[in-house]
Amino acid sequence: MRPRFELLDKPLLERILAEAFQLIEDPGVRVAPYVFDLLRGAGIAVRDGVAHIPEALARRLLDLAPRGFCLYDRSGKPAVRYGGDDVHFDPGSSCLNILDPETQQARPALSADLVRLVQVAEMLPQFAAQSTAMVCNDVPPEIGDWYRLLLVLWYSEKPVVTGAFSASSLHTLLELLAIESGGGDALRQHPRAVFDVCPSPPLNWSEFASQNLVDLARAGVPAEIVSMPLAGATAPVTLAGSVVQHAAECISGITIHQLAQPGSPIVWGAAPAIFDMRTGKTPMGAIETAMLDVACAQVGKHLGLPTHAYMVAGDGRLIDAQVEMESGMSAVLGALAGINMISGAGMLDFLACHSIEKLVIDAEAIASAQRLIEGIEPRTDSLAVAMFAQTGLHGDFLKLKETRALFRKEQHFPSSVIDRGLPQMDGATPDILERARLRVNELLSAYERQPLAPEREKEMIAFAQREGKKAGLEGLPEILRPELAHEPGLI
Amino acid sequence: MPNDNFSAMRQSIIDGAPDTASGLAQQALAARVAPIDAINNGFVPGMHDVGEQFAKGQMFLPDMMASAEAMRAAMAVLDPELKKLGTQRPMAGVVVLGTTRGDIHEIGKILVGTLLTAHGFRVHDLGVDVPGEKFAAQARELGADIVGVSALLTTTMRNQKSVVEALEKAGLRSQVKIMVGGAPVTRRWADEIGADGYAKDAMSAVALARELMAQKTQSAAVEPV
Repeated sequence: MRPRFELLDKPLLERILAEAFQLIEDPGVRVAPYVFDLLRGAGIAVRDGVAHIPEALARRLLDLAPRGFCLYDRSGKPAVRYGGDDVHFDPGSSCLNILDPETQQARPALSADLVRLVQVAEMLPQFAAQSTAMVCNDVPPEIGDWYRLLLVLWYSEKPVVTGAFSASSLHTLLELLAIESGGGDALRQHPRAVFDVCPSPPLNWSEFASQNLVDLARAGVPAEIVSMPLAGATAPVTLAGSVVQHAAECISGITIHQLAQPGSPIVWGAAPAIFDMRTGKTPMGAIETAMLDVACAQVGKHLGLPTHAYMVAGDGRLIDAQVEMESGMSAVLGALAGINMISGAGMLDFLACHSIEKLVIDAEAIASAQRLIEGIEPRTDSLAVAMFAQTGLHGDFLKLKETRALFRKEQHFPSSVIDRGLPQMDGATPDILERARLRVNELLSAYERQPLAPEREKEMIAFAQREGKKAGLEGLPEILRPELAHEPGLI
Repeated sequence: MPNDNFSAMRQSIIDGAPDTASGLAQQALAARVAPIDAINNGFVPGMHDVGEQFAKGQMFLPDMMASAEAMRAAMAVLDPELKKLGTQRPMAGVVVLGTTRGDIHEIGKILVGTLLTAHGFRVHDLGVDVPGEKFAAQARELGADIVGVSALLTTTMRNQKSVVEALEKAGLRSQVKIMVGGAPVTRRWADEIGADGYAKDAMSAVALARELMAQKTQSAAVEPV
C-alpha cells in the first residue's frame, strides 16, 4: 500500500473547484494584451484587460492538457516522469544569496557557487532534477537567466527546472536548450527542461507571464505554473480560500496555454505561503504553508494533471534545528501527497538564501521521505512464521538468508550526514554542519564532469560568447575548457 | 472636552473602528474642541499604543491596518477644520513611496506606508510600476523628505538605482533621503546604488525613516544659512 496524505474531502474539493471556476468568470482574470486576441478568438470576453472565462470552455481546455509527460536527461533517456503519484525533488531555484561555506554568513551568490551546488546535486540520487538554483552576481543581470542555465547544462546530465524572468530571455533560454538538445525538434521531442511561469496574485497574468505561457506552449517545451497565493495578504486568509485562488490562477493559466497549443505539456504547480501577521513575512517552513502545498496539489491531481510544489525550505537564517525541522517535515508531507516535482531543497531564510551544506542535509530528509512512500511491503510469502520456523525461539534472525537478501530493501542507509554512530567517526562527534561540510567535500571530490559532444560544446560556447558580448561579459565565468583555449574564437 | 472622550478616541483607534473614530471626531467638533487637541490627545495616542503593541507582538498586521483606517476616518473629519483654522498637524516627515518600474507588487510598500502614517509621517503612495522620473517629480512637488522605493523581484530591484539617478538628475539628491526595501534587497545593494538606507521589514522602515529625518535635521543645522 502506497501511503498517502490528503487534506480535502470530496465535498470540499468540489466546492473549491466550483468557486475557482466561478472566479475565473466573475470577477475574471487580469491578462496582458499579448493574449487578448487569442482569448477573444476562443469566445472569451476580455474587457478592460480582464478575461471572463466560462467554466465549460476552461473544462474543455483542462481536458486537452496532457495527464503526464517526461523530462529527459542529456543522453535522451526519460529521467523524470510528471504525472500520477511519481515523486521527484530538485533544489530550490533563483536564489540571490548563499551561506558561505566557511563563514556560514549570507553573501551574494557567484557562478562558482552555482557550479558547486550543481556538482553536489548531480552526485545525489535524491535529486532527480537540477534547478537554475542561484542568480550569479558576477555576470551582468541582463544575461543572468541564460547564464545560469548554461552552467547547469555544462555540469549536469539531469533534467532541469528553470524559468525566465522576462519575455525576451525565454527565447534565449530556448535557443540554448535547442543547441544542447540538437535542435528545436529534438528539444520538443525530448525536453530536458521545464519552465516555471508565475501569475501575480491575485488572478493576474502579467505581460511576461502571459507571453511565456504562450511561447512555451508553441515551442512544445513544458511549462510549470507556479501560483503563489499569500494567505491573508494577496489571497484569502483561509487556507481553503487560498486554495480556491490557486486553482483559479492555474485553470486560467492552463486556458491560455492550451489555447496557444492544445496538448502542450503543463504542470499544476504551487509556491503558496501564509502571510505572517506579526512580521509580514511569508514563512515557507510553516505547517500551514505545507498544508497549502498539499491541498493545492490534491486539486491538481483530482483533475488528473501533473503537479509541483515548493517545499523542503526552512525559514531560519542558519543551518539549525528549526530549519531542518521545517524542511524535513515538508519533505515528508510533499512525498506523502504524491507531488510530482518538489522544489526548494537547500533554501533557507524565506527563500532568500541557498546553502550547499543544507542541500546535503535535506537530501537525507528526502531519502527518508522516499523510503516512507515505498510503504510496508509483504516481501515474503509468510510474513514471519516461516522465519520463526527456522530460528525457533532463539531469535537468531541475523543468520537467516532472508535477512541478508532483504535488509537492503527494508532499510534505508543514510550517509554520514546522519549520525548513526558509524565507526569512521572515530570517536569524534562532529556536529551536523561539520558532517554536512565533510559530505559536500566528499561529493565534490567524487564528481567528474561528463563532457557533451565536442561540436555541441563548441556551439554552446559560441552562443555564450556571442550573447555575453552583447552584455559586455568578459570571458565565460566557470566554463573551464582549457583544451579549447588554443582554438580561435573559443574561450 | 472630558478626558473620557479622549479615551474613547484612543480606544477607537486601538479597536480599529473607523465609524466610531469618525463619529467621535464629529462630536468633538460639535463640542468646540480644537481639532489639534482631538488629534494630539485622543487619536494619536491610540496610534502610539497600537505601534507599541505591534512591536511587542501583541497586535497583528490586520489590527494595524484597521487602526490606520480608523485614523484616516478621524482625520477625514478633522483635517478640513485644521485647514480652516490655518493650523497644521505636527508631522514626522513627508515620505513619497512606490514600487519600482516593472514591478506590480505592493504589500510590503503598503505595510511600510501604514506604519509610517501610524508614526506621524505624511505618506504619499505613488502605487506600483513607478518610473524614476515620477518619483523625482512627485518628490519635488510634495516637498518630500524621504523617497521609499520597493521591489520584490531580482530583475526589478535594479530599477531602484534609476530612482537614485532620477533624483540626482533632478537636483534633489541633497534634499531627499532615499530608502529601499523588498525581498531581494540587501544593505550591500543599498550601498552599491547610493541609497541612504535599507530596511528589511516594515517596522525597521519606521526606525530607518526616523533616523534619516534626524540626519536630515542635523545636516540642515550645520549648513550655512
